[in-house]
Amino acid sequence: MSPEYIIAAIVTIVGLTTPILLAGLGELVVEKSGVLNLGVEGMMLVGAISGFGVTVLTFSPWLGVLGAAAGGAVASMLFAVLVLQLNSNQVATGLALTIFGTGLSSLLGLSFTGRIIVPFLSVFPDALAKNPIGRLIFGYSPIVYFALIMVPAVYWFLKSTRAGLILRAVGENDHSAHSIGYSVVMVRYAAIAFGGAMAGIGGAYFSMVITPMWAEKMTAGRGWIALALVVFAGWRTGRLLAGAYFFGFLMWLELFAKANGFGTTLPFLQVIPSQFWAAMPYVMTIVALTIISARGTAGSNAPACLGRPFLPST
Amino acid sequence: MAQISRRTLIKGAGALATAAMIGKPALAADKIKVGFIFLGPIGDYGWTWAHNKGREAIDAALGDKVETIYVENVAEDASAIPVIRDLAQQGCKLIFTTSYGYMDQTIQVAGEFPDVKFEHCTGFKRADNVSTYNSKFHEGRAVLGTIAGKMSKSGTLGYLGSYKVPEVVLGVNAFALAAQKQNPAATVKLVLIDSWFDPPKEAAATETLINLGCDIVTTHTDSPGPLQILEQKGLFGFGQGADMSQFAPTAHLTAIEDIWGPYYVARAQAIVDGKWASADTWDGFKEGTVMIAPYNPAVPADVVALADGVQAGYKDGTYNIFTGPIYAQDGTLKVKEGEVMADADLATIDWFVKGVESAS
Repeated sequence: MSPEYIIAAIVTIVGLTTPILLAGLGELVVEKSGVLNLGVEGMMLVGAISGFGVTVLTFSPWLGVLGAAAGGAVASMLFAVLVLQLNSNQVATGLALTIFGTGLSSLLGLSFTGRIIVPFLSVFPDALAKNPIGRLIFGYSPIVYFALIMVPAVYWFLKSTRAGLILRAVGENDHSAHSIGYSVVMVRYAAIAFGGAMAGIGGAYFSMVITPMWAEKMTAGRGWIALALVVFAGWRTGRLLAGAYFFGFLMWLELFAKANGFGTTLPFLQVIPSQFWAAMPYVMTIVALTIISARGTAGSNAPACLGRPFLPST
Repeated sequence: MAQISRRTLIKGAGALATAAMIGKPALAADKIKVGFIFLGPIGDYGWTWAHNKGREAIDAALGDKVETIYVENVAEDASAIPVIRDLAQQGCKLIFTTSYGYMDQTIQVAGEFPDVKFEHCTGFKRADNVSTYNSKFHEGRAVLGTIAGKMSKSGTLGYLGSYKVPEVVLGVNAFALAAQKQNPAATVKLVLIDSWFDPPKEAAATETLINLGCDIVTTHTDSPGPLQILEQKGLFGFGQGADMSQFAPTAHLTAIEDIWGPYYVARAQAIVDGKWASADTWDGFKEGTVMIAPYNPAVPADVVALADGVQAGYKDGTYNIFTGPIYAQDGTLKVKEGEVMADADLATIDWFVKGVESAS
């Protein structure tokens, strides 16, 4: 394999990884606040059509990304009102959000079907991305850099800021946080909105960058992979980044194996069926879960209040 | 006129079950109802879009006697059974199930409703009230292969497919054989992505094929996503199921268009006349079920002439890409010199021809 080829493959892997990284980061913050939002797929779809629609109407991909974030966040608020205000079951409500988001995005997309936009690719001067190394560094959509910047930003926020500490406190022990005067509900609203915005931008990566068009259900289940990713990462930001790229690598490996990429380079790997690689993200998530549970709760980084409705006694 | 069903709001994802909402009850009870089960969204600009065009052709031709209803996004698993059954219970006299994966479900529901006629697309199981119909898409693939074989500089062609089903295997083989007629050294790299509609995966697979040296990639999945990737890379491809040139004005050399309208109208008319009978129909260029979209100006005149020659040959019966000698992937002779494969053998084909590179 030539260096040229490896760089081209990395570019493909970045494309496969970025949406699940964005959605996964958002979901990680949501779960850290003690809320399990299974509506990632729905929020991604709403973000995909919002980003695409705003770009079609304004001719500005930057506004499109903002629109995608807003769309995802608005969709997430529906979930937030139900689980925070009405204390509905988070699992059922999250699934409902996926179903609702799928339908809503189809409805919003009716008038945008069949239209195209200029893909939101690298904004660096072409000269920088001309040679392979330049392409490796400068050859991506701004959304890719945004995702990579958000990883340390979320890490820093959760670890080193007061707001991040409060958010984690709410997720670990909502009653204690409540008793010392923090508004559990408001913190969770903010976390859910952030998760929705990130899922929305992740969805927009499909409709604005990879395939600049709108098609119903175009995220094709990536929201579920993002959810698995958060568990795989053990709710740790750094591991989420590594996990996202690992999942992206496995998705690429499946296609590479199918295209007989091993035929000439690593023939001994040809005997492994491509379905094996396709199943790996899920297998690895189960393995990670098994390790987490085998270590007992001490080794788990799962927020203690994850999925539990907050019912203050007063 | 068109009785549009409520859009399907519920999707199956991962291991979740799919449910589907069925259209409104009829307003005009005297019209004959014809139902459609669609695999994807009608806005996919590919397979389902083309079937929906066929449904609209019934509305246009027989709108005063027939009304059509449809359900989109129906999964190819057991969850299709209640959806098909529901169409029958709503009083449909004729139901088209428009994908291979509805075969056993169609047969099962047809057994429960002997008075309802069923038409299953691309399958092979029939009954007294179940017909099958298909299109010789591979005739179109022979045209695309001819163009690709002539225009490819690397001689390495990409084929993005869904599943290893006879329709796709025929497409791959016709494409490869036609390309090799123009360039004997041409090879076809095949990726089957285990889905008919997954734009990000289709896009990534297309990138992978390009990275492995393919300069023309043809798609046998339903979204225009791959064409958009080829457009960005300055390479060429073909539309699938419908003219997709609006998505990739430069990269889109031409497309195979699925024209279901005439068949659907004829079968609905047969119900109106009370003359419907179970049959197996497999039409192609000759009957107008397969059509080739307008060529991109990038296709040189001599290549257009070759491509038109293939179409003309299919129409007058002088051309058949499955004429021997044909060798399988491992080099064994499958079809002897001068022999032509019979339709029955084509319909169950499960081997790839020499020059197709695939892994499992």
